[in-house]
Amino acid sequence: MAETPGEELLTFRIPARSDRLGEMRAAVRSCVEACGCSETSTADIVLAVDEACQNIIRHAYKGDPNGVIELEIHREGADLVFCLHDGAPAIDPSTVKPRDLDDVRPGGLGTYFIRKVMDRMEFRPSPRGAGNLLTMVKRIE
Amino acid sequence: MQHTQRFEGGALVIALAGDVDLEQSPKAREILLAGLEQGIDILVEMSGVTYIDSSGVASLVEAFQLAKQKGRSFALVSVNPAALRVLQLARLDKVFVIHETLPESTDGAG
Repeated sequence: MAETPGEELLTFRIPARSDRLGEMRAAVRSCVEACGCSETSTADIVLAVDEACQNIIRHAYKGDPNGVIELEIHREGADLVFCLHDGAPAIDPSTVKPRDLDDVRPGGLGTYFIRKVMDRMEFRPSPRGAGNLLTMVKRIE
Repeated sequence: MQHTQRFEGGALVIALAGDVDLEQSPKAREILLAGLEQGIDILVEMSGVTYIDSSGVASLVEAFQLAKQKGRSFALVSVNPAALRVLQLARLDKVFVIHETLPESTDGAG
């Protein structure tokens, strides 16, 4: 995926705290709605971005409230590109995987939701030199 | 997130409303598990749940499984379309008993 693709629509930063996720969801919702996404698609995207932020809070920063999550939303043609940056220690991308849905138990659904909603996703060490970058792409529909 | 509780038709009806997200899901979990401690069937009324994420879903799943262990029924009622969408994504709409309206009694409700 390109480093800084397309037209920048939004840059939004929050502390890595669960009580700030509502603001992130509201910002994503407004931006995605303005791009013409349907109600269902908008809700799905908000969920996926929220789940990704939760993963950063819980697994990347391990609950450290001093961490920062930065979201960039770009438009690249008919696609919306969501880039989530964090400053936590780099995580091995091979450890980021969804669980089997047939195993009905609490927990473990976040990555599954992200993969289910988004058309493409890529997780790697941040090109900024520290932290991680999660890039998710969703066709506007 | 807000909640109310009442006894109706032999069950405890717990109505949740608002966002059941990472911040609020521990509260939802506590409410649901405390309800199960009362030893009766549980109906979770969800018409007012405008957002639920994986942590909120996990609270429902945990309560559902605990209810099963205790031999009690646990069902969802009037699930807001936004919440239903998330349950469908997780294929849990096939696991939970979901009523469109409150059943008259909980006999065989799930």
